[in-house]
Amino acid sequence: MGTKDKAVRIFFTGVGGQGTLLATRFVGEAALQEGLPVLMSEIHGMAQRGGVVESSVVMGNAFSPTIADGEADIVVAFEPLEAARALPKCSPLSMVITGTTPVPPFTVTVGQSTYPDVKKLLKMIGEKVRRLITVDADALARSANAERSSNVAMIGVLAGTGLLPISKESWGRALTVILPGKLLEQNVRAFESGFVFGEQSA
Amino acid sequence: MHELLVAATDKPQFLLGNEAIVRGAVEAGVRFVAAYPGTPSSEIIDRFFQFGEEAGIYVEYSVNEKVSMEVACAAAISGVRSLCAMKHVGLNVAADAFMTLAYVGVKAGMVIVVADDPFLHSSQNEQDTRYYAKMAGVPMLEPATPEEAYRMTLEAFEISEKFGTPCLLRTTTRVNHCRGPVRIGSIETRDIARGKFEKDPFNLVVIPAVGRKLRLAHLERGKKLQAESEKSALNYTVGKGLFGIVTSGISWLYVQDALLSLGLTDRVKILRLGFTHPIPKAIIREFLAGIERALIVEEGEPFLEEAVRIVAQEAKLPVEIAGKGENLVPRVFELDTVKTKRAIGNFFDVPVALPEAIAAPELPQRPPNLCAGCPHRATYYSVRQVFGDEAVYPSDIGCYTLGVLPPLRMADFLICMGSGVSTAGGFSKVLDRPVVAFIGDSTFFHAGIPGLVNAVYHGHRFVLVILDNGTTAMTGHQPHPGVELTPAGKVEPKVSLEKLVRGCGVERVAVINPLQVKKTQEVLREFKANLDETGVSVIIAKSPCPLFESRVLKKKKKIVFQVEESCAGDCGRDCLTVLGCPAFMLQKSENGEERVLINEDLCSGCSVCSQICDSVKPRRIS
Repeated sequence: MGTKDKAVRIFFTGVGGQGTLLATRFVGEAALQEGLPVLMSEIHGMAQRGGVVESSVVMGNAFSPTIADGEADIVVAFEPLEAARALPKCSPLSMVITGTTPVPPFTVTVGQSTYPDVKKLLKMIGEKVRRLITVDADALARSANAERSSNVAMIGVLAGTGLLPISKESWGRALTVILPGKLLEQNVRAFESGFVFGEQSA
Repeated sequence: MHELLVAATDKPQFLLGNEAIVRGAVEAGVRFVAAYPGTPSSEIIDRFFQFGEEAGIYVEYSVNEKVSMEVACAAAISGVRSLCAMKHVGLNVAADAFMTLAYVGVKAGMVIVVADDPFLHSSQNEQDTRYYAKMAGVPMLEPATPEEAYRMTLEAFEISEKFGTPCLLRTTTRVNHCRGPVRIGSIETRDIARGKFEKDPFNLVVIPAVGRKLRLAHLERGKKLQAESEKSALNYTVGKGLFGIVTSGISWLYVQDALLSLGLTDRVKILRLGFTHPIPKAIIREFLAGIERALIVEEGEPFLEEAVRIVAQEAKLPVEIAGKGENLVPRVFELDTVKTKRAIGNFFDVPVALPEAIAAPELPQRPPNLCAGCPHRATYYSVRQVFGDEAVYPSDIGCYTLGVLPPLRMADFLICMGSGVSTAGGFSKVLDRPVVAFIGDSTFFHAGIPGLVNAVYHGHRFVLVILDNGTTAMTGHQPHPGVELTPAGKVEPKVSLEKLVRGCGVERVAVINPLQVKKTQEVLREFKANLDETGVSVIIAKSPCPLFESRVLKKKKKIVFQVEESCAGDCGRDCLTVLGCPAFMLQKSENGEERVLINEDLCSGCSVCSQICDSVKPRRIS
């Protein structure tokens, strides 16, 4: 999809506590390792308080770090409801990679509103965009014995699809930059399991 | 050593805009940094705080922005390079110091970083701070990327020192919180600077006679800064054609993306301004003389647009100028590539293909919420039980402002830091209703004390509840003068809230633990009963922020709570409809039966719910 001459715009969305910002930084760092022009944007503030966390990575031939409505080439959602909420960032040409495990918002858990049926929700998203990949990221991370690395497994899926002009070596180097120390090993395993899943989905 | 100090200089580093500013300042030899945290500027002071000591830099979390500017200017007057950083509304707090410091000037470089927040991501207004540069007559630089933020910080110190004036570095959220590659330089080791102060009262003590003299010198300095801006490499022209665009800051990035997408890169001439005050009039004049139409692309107010129009009028140039307007550049919220494309296409009569965005489906909202176990929720619950709907609840700025949302609905009025205390006094004078005001501990130190003294002096009649969670939680758990718990352990607070409040002249003061529901409500009832006779009374609701305890202090929870299976749910379910703790959930089974459960992962073990409902029981987990 992307080359140095073309821009790739990736929008990330998740819920506070899911590791959205770290995952975003991982993708940005990988683009940097690859020598691509890259900017990343993040919105802080409510991340710890159960709100939505949104961020973006723009790589290749582009200048601004944010993504306007309809401009996302890829949306990576760590939660299915947030994937649906991010649809305005998509056009019919976009691709969506979403986690399938719901994190019910407070309004749902206290019974004020209802969480949509996940299957129907995913079907609706799939009908509106060019491509939808659904990922049970928690299961992928568990299978790699890296239970707390679902976010990195999701990025593994993104990397595995081969949609980004980033080599596997650059992904590996980026991981050592953002997660040095004792957490690295389990995250490498999570990334690998996601990567294989991504290759198969591509 | 901290990663920002040892980062490699031979390849680009992936830095946050705020980190790039920090690195630039360290390379520029900053030796004194002071700030009160505020999104989106907080990471600047946070990073300095992490490595200040090892880098030989004095770093302080000042109690408010005005204080930060004053301590930092004393350093700069003594020949020590200094920096302070604040959010846009922080400059309102510091404005008194700022306006006259602009007259007095500095001896060593002093950079004031001020971060605007278009779209109000985490602010109460979207004021355009650029007007402050104009009002104070100080130089201002506006970066667009982390790389520019780094370079402009270095340059800001040079400009400041060369002209003896503080220099504004004005950012917006998308610059502060953009991460991008930055090629950094080296840090020269310097001695820990000691200042040198020479007595010079007739230039440093602003009595009217001195102020008049300084005002004239200030205007002269403005002329020199004007000349500097005219020759600055930060103001430059790219492209060619009879269509022109004038832009600055992050908007410069949107303009480039829009022109690329519209295929107009070769047909439009752009004046990109990085040194935006004093505005380079000669550069603008020359730019306008070579084009037929000019569009000013900027977020917020028509700051550049007004300047461009003045230049055109003074030089009698026949160029057509536009900026803010319907179908052009919006005045509210953030710009983006699509909005910029639309404005450019409409103004230059070029067809625009916009991306086909998918419509937003109807979905349940996900508002931010006070955390499970947050002591503020416990305080709010008890205050509402005792004071009900009748009372007016002025609030203040911090996590606890989230209490405005249902089901708590415990905020009735808020404008700025500290307003909770003073407006409570005002309400009490014109309303015949009880008034209970809320303010956080850090916000009380920041701006609440004068309001409290005022209330004592004038006999304002209200209860002030200081929500003391022992940290500045909202902006990332920064310390403040009343902190008792630090990662190193329990310390004696430098300033005791209770003694401070009593020192302000408040006679009825109680310190309570809001997690003890019954005791808390007893105290509240006693305060309510005495509301008619006393003036202002203060309750310090003291209980640490559970996020701070678990993340910063690494405290492990020992107990969680469960709802007994026997709970029939015929009680009205105060747990869901009144307390609103996010650890509670309503589960519906296949046959439509509803049951209330507690998510043990979210439960912090605060026990408040078990004091309200007999069906909630503890379970020991370690």
